[in-house]
Amino acid sequence: MEQRPLSFYVLAAFFALFVLFLYGPTITIGILSFQGPEGGLTFPMNGVSTYWFHDLFREQAVGDIWGAFRRSFLLGLMVMVTTVVVSVSAGLAFRKNFKGSAILFYAAITSLVIPSILISLGVGLIFNQLGFKVHWATSGFGSQLTWTLPFGLLIMFAVFNRFDKSFEEAARDQGATAWQTIRFVVLPIIAPSLIGVALFGFTLSYDEFARTLLTAGSYNTLPLEVFGMTTNVTTPVIYALGTLTTSFSLLIIVAFLLMVWGMNIRRRRAGSDAGKGV
Amino acid sequence: MTRNLIGWLQAAPLALVLMGFLVAPIIMIVIVSFWGSTEYSIYPAFQFDNYSYLFASSVVWRVFGATFKYAAIVWVLTLGIGFTVAYFLAFHVRSLTWQIALFLLCTIPFWTSNIIRMISWIPFLGRNGIANQTLISWGVIDEPLEWLLYSDFSVILAFVHLYTLFMVVPIFNTMMRIDHSLLEAARDAGATGFQTLVNVIIPLTKPGIMIGTIFVVTLVMGDFITVRFMSGSQRANVGRLISNDIGLLQYPSAAATAVVLLCTVLLVIGILLRFVNIRKEL
Repeated sequence: MEQRPLSFYVLAAFFALFVLFLYGPTITIGILSFQGPEGGLTFPMNGVSTYWFHDLFREQAVGDIWGAFRRSFLLGLMVMVTTVVVSVSAGLAFRKNFKGSAILFYAAITSLVIPSILISLGVGLIFNQLGFKVHWATSGFGSQLTWTLPFGLLIMFAVFNRFDKSFEEAARDQGATAWQTIRFVVLPIIAPSLIGVALFGFTLSYDEFARTLLTAGSYNTLPLEVFGMTTNVTTPVIYALGTLTTSFSLLIIVAFLLMVWGMNIRRRRAGSDAGKGV
Repeated sequence: MTRNLIGWLQAAPLALVLMGFLVAPIIMIVIVSFWGSTEYSIYPAFQFDNYSYLFASSVVWRVFGATFKYAAIVWVLTLGIGFTVAYFLAFHVRSLTWQIALFLLCTIPFWTSNIIRMISWIPFLGRNGIANQTLISWGVIDEPLEWLLYSDFSVILAFVHLYTLFMVVPIFNTMMRIDHSLLEAARDAGATGFQTLVNVIIPLTKPGIMIGTIFVVTLVMGDFITVRFMSGSQRANVGRLISNDIGLLQYPSAAATAVVLLCTVLLVIGILLRFVNIRKEL
């Protein structure tokens, strides 16, 4: 193997610092959330305990953490399923170059770059003027879709840019209908990417703050609850909550990655046997 | 004909969501920006008061200036860091497995909560935080630095922390598609590593840089929560003007500011999009 140049080590050190910069703060509050009951918001550690985690569920003053978590989880699932279905459908549409597709594409880009607070404000105003009540499952749900759908769509573009059309032609030549081609050829091939879209849909929704701020109504989602806590809680209980939600996010990410990994393994086993014959 | 019809049917769900929750809200904001308001209520009208107030106020101009300042500084920093990280991953890490693993390591924080990532800076930057304690124990300073938390410094630090990923991912994506024989050709033609970087890699990475720029600039310009939280409400940007007006129930004034902000952002994006074809680059 070729000798590594000096620049490699310099860049590797830079990269290591970057990773430390990314993860350092999160790890710090992870440690600080195990502060002793007398401990404060920063080091030194005043003993080690799980006091603040218990405190999180004990104290009524902290707010309705469980309720907020349940709502965020449910909303995340709703947004995830919708994002996958709508993105795939739109991705298929954009392959056809239908009339007006450029306008829809620019609308999706606008949806991606528009300041989140505008969506919050606009949707809130509409519901207000029409006399509807804002609720996380209606106005909140729709507002979050304006953030997750463009991501889903961009991923679908990336997927279909790399998609080998000869698979579809082969299916058609064998007499498959348009629906059968999609169901038995296209969807299985793009399945791992769909897991990616699902991961985006769920996590972006689960962590979304600005777009739900004015559209969630009287029942808070978890990020709104956390933000509320930052203004009036001055104990490590907020670190405990941060540690818990981050752990949950990591759990979700690992689960999705394992799913992709498992799918790829199964596929390799069931895939082509080219080159293995002789 | 049927192709267009099927295309529209498949695109209809997306179109409906965007109509209901993107286009309609924008129209609503534009309408309300001409309305009037009292202390407790808003009423339909067609007046330019909100806009004339907006453009006459020197505070508003300063706040717009501050917003551009944040965007510019954060852009330079995220571009520098993001490019370096992506360059390392794409050209110095040799096995694909390691490339994917390290890339995932960089992207995982993107899928966790921004608010919690902001909160996690407090034990670092506070008056008795880790940074101050370390600097004092090293004898670099005698008294805790006051400007670490609740200042422009902490705002920019948090922006860079949150948004560098948006540079790394698209730049890495374009770099991975650069044909390595081009780099060999450059070396064979006698280019040094630095010349290859400047004359071959950077021009070929431009689309990725543009996409990253679009993300970072729009996220910073549209932000209100990072500035509010990391500056302890001591700094302002346009997003905060809007959210303050909302807090005071001054929706028409908030809407007018929002319209001006949206036009500014779209103008910037319009200029950037002239340099890149997003659909081709993914």
